[in-house]
Amino acid sequence: MGRYIIRRLLNMLVVVLVVSIITFGLMHAIPGGPFSREKKLPEETIRVLNERYHLDDPLWKQYGNYVYAVFIPHITTTPPSNSLSDDFMINVNIGSVWIRWMNFGPSYKSRSRSVNDIFRDNLPISAQLGLLSLILAVLIGLPLGVLSALKQNTILDYLGMGVAIFGVSVPVIVLGPILVWIFGVALKWLPVSGWGSHPPFLLGFLPTNFGWQYIKYAIMPTVALGLGSSAVIARLTRASLLQTVREDYIRTARSKGLRESVIISRHALKNSLIPVITILGPLFATLVTGTFVTELIFGIPGMGKYFVTSITNRDYPVIMGTILLYAVFLVLANLLVDIAYAYLDPRIKYD
Amino acid sequence: MPDLLLDVQGLNTQFKTSDGVVHAVNGVSFNLREGKTLAIVGESGCGKSVTMLSLLSLIPSPPGQITAGKAIFYNRDLLKLSNEEIRSVRGAQIGIIFQDPMTSLNPVLTIGFQLAEPLILHLGMTKVQAKSRAAELLSMVGIPNPAERLNDYPHQFSGGMRQRVMIAMAISCTPQILIADEPTTALDVTIQAQIVDLVKRLRDKLGMAIIWISHDLGVVAGIAHRVIVMYAGLIVEEAGVNDLYANPQHPYTIGLLGSLPRVDEKEHQRLVSIEGLPPVLYAHPKSCPFAPRCKWAVERCWNENPVLEEIEAGHRVACWVDVNTGKER
Ligand SMILES: Nc1ncnc2c1ncn2[C@@H]1O[C@H](COP(=O)(O)OP(=O)(O)O)[C@@H](O)[C@H]1O
Ligand SMILES: [Mg+2]
Repeated sequence: MGRYIIRRLLNMLVVVLVVSIITFGLMHAIPGGPFSREKKLPEETIRVLNERYHLDDPLWKQYGNYVYAVFIPHITTTPPSNSLSDDFMINVNIGSVWIRWMNFGPSYKSRSRSVNDIFRDNLPISAQLGLLSLILAVLIGLPLGVLSALKQNTILDYLGMGVAIFGVSVPVIVLGPILVWIFGVALKWLPVSGWGSHPPFLLGFLPTNFGWQYIKYAIMPTVALGLGSSAVIARLTRASLLQTVREDYIRTARSKGLRESVIISRHALKNSLIPVITILGPLFATLVTGTFVTELIFGIPGMGKYFVTSITNRDYPVIMGTILLYAVFLVLANLLVDIAYAYLDPRIKYD
Repeated sequence: MPDLLLDVQGLNTQFKTSDGVVHAVNGVSFNLREGKTLAIVGESGCGKSVTMLSLLSLIPSPPGQITAGKAIFYNRDLLKLSNEEIRSVRGAQIGIIFQDPMTSLNPVLTIGFQLAEPLILHLGMTKVQAKSRAAELLSMVGIPNPAERLNDYPHQFSGGMRQRVMIAMAISCTPQILIADEPTTALDVTIQAQIVDLVKRLRDKLGMAIIWISHDLGVVAGIAHRVIVMYAGLIVEEAGVNDLYANPQHPYTIGLLGSLPRVDEKEHQRLVSIEGLPPVLYAHPKSCPFAPRCKWAVERCWNENPVLEEIEAGHRVACWVDVNTGKER
C-alpha cells in the first residue's frame, strides 16, 4: 500500500506538469494581456510592467522560469524576505540553510499580494466551505438513502426521494437568496454575509474558533452548497442498497437466521457503500472548486472570486496557481477514494 | 421406519409480477424421514428452489407469497411461524446451501467471520469459541490449513472450496435437515463428485436428513433414498430411488432418464433430450402441463390435470396413461 501511494504521488507530479503546460498554453493563447484594459495604460507603464514580470521573454523561457520557481526546491542561505516575488509556500530552515519550495509568483492584479498570500488567506476559507458541504452532504445523504431503501415504496421513501429531487434541482443561486431572505432578513437568526474565521489558520486551513461564532456564518452557505450533493448521495445510496439486498449472499445471511437489522448493517451496508465512495472524490473536487457562486451570494472572502476574476484579468500567476492547486486537490481526492476502496473491498489489492 | 421429520402438505407459492401471477408451486406434498435423503429433480424453472425457500420463508416478498399449505416440523407449522421463530429454525435446525458458491458468500467479510455468525447466534458461543469451532468445521469439510484460512476472504477460495465453506456454514449448528439446492450445478464434474462424497460423509457422521435438489438424475442416484420428480410446480412422480430408475412411470421421468448417459448398455445409444420447454405458469394448470411435450398424451390429458396417485406401495405418479400399455389407467 505504501509503495502504491508513493507511486500515485509521483504520478500526480506528472499530471500537474501536464496540466501546467496546457494551462500555460491556453492562457497565452487567449488574446490580451494582464495590462491591456479598456482604459489604456500609458505605453511606458506597460513597458515597465512587462519588463518587471518578464512578459517580453519568449514563452518557453517564461514557462521554464515558472517551472523552476514552482516545482524545483531551492536551497539557499538567504532567509525569506518580504519581497512579493520571493514568497515560497514551503520554507524549511535547517541550521543556516533554507530549503524553499513552490513560489507561485506575485499577483498582477492585487499588486500587494503574492499568489501564496491568496492561498494562505482565501483558499482555506473555500476549502472549509467545501469540506463542510461534503460532510453535510454525507451526513444527510447516507441516512436518507438507507432509510428510503429500507422503507422502499412507503411514504417515507417518497418523502425522502422528494427532498432529494428538490435538492438536486434547486441550484445554489436560487436556494442561497431564499435562505438569506428567510433566516437572515425575515427571522434575523443568522448573519446574511461574511465568514466566521480569519487567517492565520490552524494547520494552514482549519478555523481557530470553531464555535457558534463560526457556525452561524457557515450554516447557510454550507446548506446552499451541500444540499444538492446530499441529494446525489441519497439517491445513489438508495439504489445501491436496493441492489445489494437482492444479492445471493444476503439470502445466505437470512438463511443463517440473522436478524434483519444485522443483515443490513453487517452484510449489506459495506457492500453498498462501494459505489457511493466512488463519487465522493469528484464530488469533493466539485464542492471545493465550485464555491464561487456561493461565496458571491454570502459575501465570503474565499478563493472563488480570485479564480474567476483572474481569468478575465489575465492574472497569469493566479490562473496557473489556482488551476495547479485544484489539480492537486482532484488527484488527492481520487487517491483517498482509492484507499477507501481497498479498505472496503478486500478483493482490491494495490501493489 | 424412521420417524417423520418434515411433513409438507399442499404447498402453493405464487409471484405477483407485472406480467401476471406466476404459479411457481402448485400444491406440493411430500415428507422427509429422519436421516434419509430425499432428492427433488426436474428441469430448471419447475419450482424446486421456490419450494425449499418457501419452507424457510426466504421467498422475496413482494412479489412472492405462500398462498396455501403447511409444513409440519417438530409439531410446528413452519409456514405459520413468526419472524422470530423462523429465524431460530434457519441455520440452527435447517441448514441450506445454494447453487452458486461464487455469489453466495459475502465478498467483504472473512470466511471465519461468516462461519462464526450462526455459532454465536444459535449456540451462544463466544467469539473465541466460535473461531476454534469454525476451524474444526473447515477441516471437517476438507479445507487444508483451516486455522489460517479463517482470515481469508471468499475471493481467495476456488468455487469448489467456497461450496465446502457453504456446507460447513450450513451444518455448523448440526441441523436436523440440510437442504442442498443444486450444490454442484455450478461446479466442474470432478469437483461435483467430491462435493457429493463430502455431503454423504457428513450425513453418515451427523445423521441429518437431506433434501438434495438437482436437475440431473445421474447425480441423484448415488446419494438419495427417495426421489421426487417435479414439473411445472407439481410433483409428477415419487418413488424409492431403485424403483424410480428401474420402473419409471411418468413420461417426464422417462424423458429425463433418456437424456442420461448409461454405462451398462452394450452399445452407446444416442442421448435423447425432451423436446420443447416447460411452460411458464401464468395460471393454475387445468390440463396436464406436460401434455404438449408428451408422446403418450390422450384426450383426457388435455382436459384434466392428473392427480398424484399411489400405483404401488411407495410409488406415486400423476399421469392418466399407463406407460407400459399406452392405455388410460
Ligand atoms: N422472485 C421471483 N419473481 C418472479 N418469479 C419467480 C421468482 N423466483 C422464482 N420465480 C418463478 O418461479 C418458478 C420456479 O422457479 P425455481 O423454483 O427457481 O425453479 P428451479 O426448479 O429451477 O429451482 C419459475 O418460473 C420462476 O420464474
Ligand atoms: Mg433452482
